[in-house]
Parts: sequence; C-alpha cells; structure tokens
Amino acid sequence: MRYLKKSMNISEKIKNDFPFFEKTGVAYLDSAATSQTPQVVLDAMEAYYTIFRANVHRGLYGLSAEATERFEGARETIAQFIGASKEEIIFTGSATMSSNLLTYALENTLELREGDEILLSAMEHHSSIVPLQELAQRKKLKLVYIPLAEGFALDYKEAKRLITPRTKIVAVMRASNVLGTINDVRAISQTARKNGAIMIVDATSAAGHAPLSVKDLDCDYLYFSGHKMCGPTGIGVLYGRRDFLEKLYPGFFGGGMIDRVTREKSSWREVPGRFEAGTPPIAEAIGLAAAAEYINEIGFPAIREQIEDVFSYARETLSRIPNVSIYARTDARENAGILSFTIKGVHPHDAAEILSRENVAIRAGHHCAEPLLSELGETALCRASFYFYNTRGDADRLAAGIKKAKATLRA
Amino acid sequence: MRIGLPPASKRQKPRFAHNMDEELYKENILDHYRHPRNFGKPETYDVREKSSNPLCGDELTLYLAFDGETVSGARFEGDGCAISIAAGSMLTEKIKGKDIGELKLMTPGDIYTMLGIKISHTREKCALLAYATLINILAVR
Ligand SMILES: Cc1ncc(COP(=O)(O)O)c(C=O)c1O
Repeated sequence: MRYLKKSMNISEKIKNDFPFFEKTGVAYLDSAATSQTPQVVLDAMEAYYTIFRANVHRGLYGLSAEATERFEGARETIAQFIGASKEEIIFTGSATMSSNLLTYALENTLELREGDEILLSAMEHHSSIVPLQELAQRKKLKLVYIPLAEGFALDYKEAKRLITPRTKIVAVMRASNVLGTINDVRAISQTARKNGAIMIVDATSAAGHAPLSVKDLDCDYLYFSGHKMCGPTGIGVLYGRRDFLEKLYPGFFGGGMIDRVTREKSSWREVPGRFEAGTPPIAEAIGLAAAAEYINEIGFPAIREQIEDVFSYARETLSRIPNVSIYARTDARENAGILSFTIKGVHPHDAAEILSRENVAIRAGHHCAEPLLSELGETALCRASFYFYNTRGDADRLAAGIKKAKATLRA
Repeated sequence: MRIGLPPASKRQKPRFAHNMDEELYKENILDHYRHPRNFGKPETYDVREKSSNPLCGDELTLYLAFDGETVSGARFEGDGCAISIAAGSMLTEKIKGKDIGELKLMTPGDIYTMLGIKISHTREKCALLAYATLINILAVR
C-alpha cells in the first residue's frame, strides 16, 4: 500500500460527534450534496427553540434581545469564518437563494447594456448558471464560458483572454461539486477587476472543506449554503464587499429591510439588513455558527489532512479496479474531497442503487452541472464525496461496492 | 464541547438499508440489459421520438413503423441504466403487431408486470422512460 496510515489528528472517533453514523452505519459518501450534522449544531438550534425563541430586531423585551444578540453573533462568527466583516454578511435561505438575490440586486444596480457579457466557468452549478441566464435573457446579454483545460482544471489562459471591457460579471466557483477541483479564483478575479467586471464566487463546495478567505480570493461577492459544512438546511450566506453593498439596490422587499415606509415609497435599512427581507432563518443562522465553531475547533489543517488522505487513498484504490474511469485531478491538495467516476458497463444509476444496498451512499447523475457534463461528454457520473468524518474504511467499502456492482451486472 | 448522543430509547431506527430480498437485477432484466432486443436505429420508420430523464442521464429514442393502425416495427436506441434499457427492450417486443387502440390502453402497471420486479419511487422514471416515449407518440396519432 502506497499510503501508509500517518498519525492523524482526526480519528474514527470523530463519527461519534454525529448521531447519524451510530444510527445508520452508512458509509456516507454524499457530503457534497449535504453533510451530516454534529450534535453541537443540533444543541445550538434546540437551545434557540426551547430557551430563547423570539423574533429578531423587533421585540422590545429581553428574549428578543437575546435572540437578536445570538443571531448577530452568528453573523460575526460567519464573517470571521471567511475573513470578512460583519456588515458584509447577508443571511439567505441557501446558496441558490443567495445567487438569485444577488442577480436581482445586480440587475437593479448595474447599467447593463445589450451585448454586454457575463463570463462563467464551464464548471458552474445550475444555481449559478440559471439565474445569470435569465438575467442575460432579460437584458440581452451574452453568456460566455471559460472552457476546461487538460486534467479537469479551468483554462486560465482562455479565461484571461475572454475577460474584456465588455465583461460585466464573472462567475467562477471556488471548488467544483463534480470534479472537486479547487479553482485558482484569484488568478481570474484580478483580471476581472482590471476590466471593471464584478467577480462572483460560488463557494458552496469549498466552505468548510478548505480554508476560505474573501481577501485571498479577491472577490466582490461570494456565497454558500450551510448544509454542506455541518450546518442545518435552510440557511445560506451571501458575502458582498462593503463598498459594493453600500451601492447595491435590494433584490427582495418587505418587512425587516426597511427604514421608513409611507403609502407611496420606502427607504432601506443600513447594510446588510436591507438585504434581509422578512424574518430571517434565525435558528439556522445560530446552527450554522455552531457548525463554523465546530469546524474551527477541529481546524483546517486537520480537516484538510483527513480529506486529502482519504481522497488519495480512494483515488488510488478505485484506479486499480479495471474499467473504472476517474474524473479528478491527481493532486489531493487541489481537490475538495470529491471523486467522480464511471464504471464501464454499469450505468451510474445502477451503481448507486447497488452501492446503496451495501449501505454505501454515493450520488449518481448530472449533479446540477449539465453544461459541465456535456463538456466532459457524459450524461451521468457517479460521485463519491469525502468529508473529514470519512475514513479509509469508507473508501474500502466503496471499492467493495463497485466490485459488487460490476459482478451483479457482469461488467 | 462535543456532547453525547441522546439515550438509545429516544433514537429512531435507521431507515437506510434496503430490503435485500427485493431482487432488482434478475436474470431476465440483466439479459435484456446486456443484449437489448430491437436495439439500434432502423433503416425505415414512420415516427421517431426522443425522451430523456435528465436527473440520471438516461436517454432513449423510439422508432415506430406503422402498417395502417398496426405497429409493424419497433426499435429503440439510447443510453441508460439496466432498468430503462431492459424496459425499452421488452416494450419494443411487446408492442410489435399491436394496434394503436390496444396500445392506448396500456398502463404503467403493465410495464411493471412486464419487468417482473418491484420498482421503487427512485426507479419509476427509468422503468417508464420507454413507455412515456410511446405515450408521446400515441398522443398525436
Ligand atoms: C457548488 C454548488 N453550488 C450551489 C449549490 C446549491 O446549493 P443549495 O441547493 O443549498 O442552494 C450546490 C449544491 O447543490 C453546489 O454543490
């Protein structure tokens, strides 16, 4: 075996933090779809629901003050988690809601002219592509894509060539939810900035899986969901650079985001409140902050070490199985823990079904990235995604399941 | 900081594991998957209809030839999982020689019976892809 077990900071015991594993015994390899929830997150949310539940920013009584403090504290925690300041963090319902909110807000703010261009990476998730496609249709803009280069990475040379003064928006994900590739966003954002384009980063696959810093990425907007980084469902984050947010017109309207309302018109609250119309996901924000604290406590060095170890081990183990093709870069340091593959003679849907009968959960399909799949010339892929609670044992169960699938279908 | 699990009495039973007795990949299904009948584009046909199941990437094209009201030829091609290919193979065998009136009476239940396996919710679309394609053709005839 090439990968000798090193002394790692994360052991099998980490699974004990997650009630799910004890209850199911599943080799859960679908954290790129949604991760599991540690008990500390459940406890933080339960405390809100059972001890200090009240709406935020409105009740003039102690409980509401407590709920507001915890909610705003969550904003502070998340700001620190991505190297931003508190005023730059908007809580939304999900990455998808963040992307839609941002698109509406940009439409309300930017002066977009017919023929202006939106540049997207070929890896983007539907939640990034579709809102921008709709914007392009409404405003008669042109959509341009950064192609893939060899080895499941973006073609950075092409990216730089494709950014011109006509480019108004650039959207590049930090990590691909299909290939796992961690993109060098900074290399692109600097060219975008020089050309006056707005740089948007979908960090959904990266958040909680690799360190995240909006300063290092040098982006204007960034978003992610809470549920792929040990947080609850129903919460997303949209980061916006302070000076940009000050000038950004809101996308959604209603209570909570206004300063004054008359019969005819309204004025908006300060940033970031003006982007949070209605009652926000309070328990979820508190849960997400608990998740971020839990991740900080384990620490990214240990998280990366574990993900990279299990990814490399799985990649090597699978590549030794005949007729398995792998869609990931070789260097684990450039991967968010995602290993997509196909098995000749076994359709991904059948592979996922047979694996699930072996208590191994993987995902099969287009993974909400149809344009990427067609660039790869595939209609469906199997995807195993590894998080810090996964072990080499899980990878072994995956390999055994793949062999079983091949035997079942005589492939 | 890490807090223990609730007592065992409060925990729910796992629901993940499948019933292993429900065999999906029966010999008959595998045979049709590995050696699909009537597979490949025919030289002549009267109608061609393509359907896909984008979620799992299945694609299927059905080619029918008619002699009056009767299906005189049925072939298909596509890329899909064992269940969708087997269902396409069996369906093309079944509909040859039938007339449109008879085919319009076919139900999803007939397809499940034809496959002879228990189809879970997640495999419904696969099992019915060829059938749905046929329905689209019949709808305009
Ligand atoms: C890279 C990426 N972006 C965006 C999303 C959308 O996240 P959500 O469905 O939580 O809105 C996902 C998850 O499906 C994703 O993997």
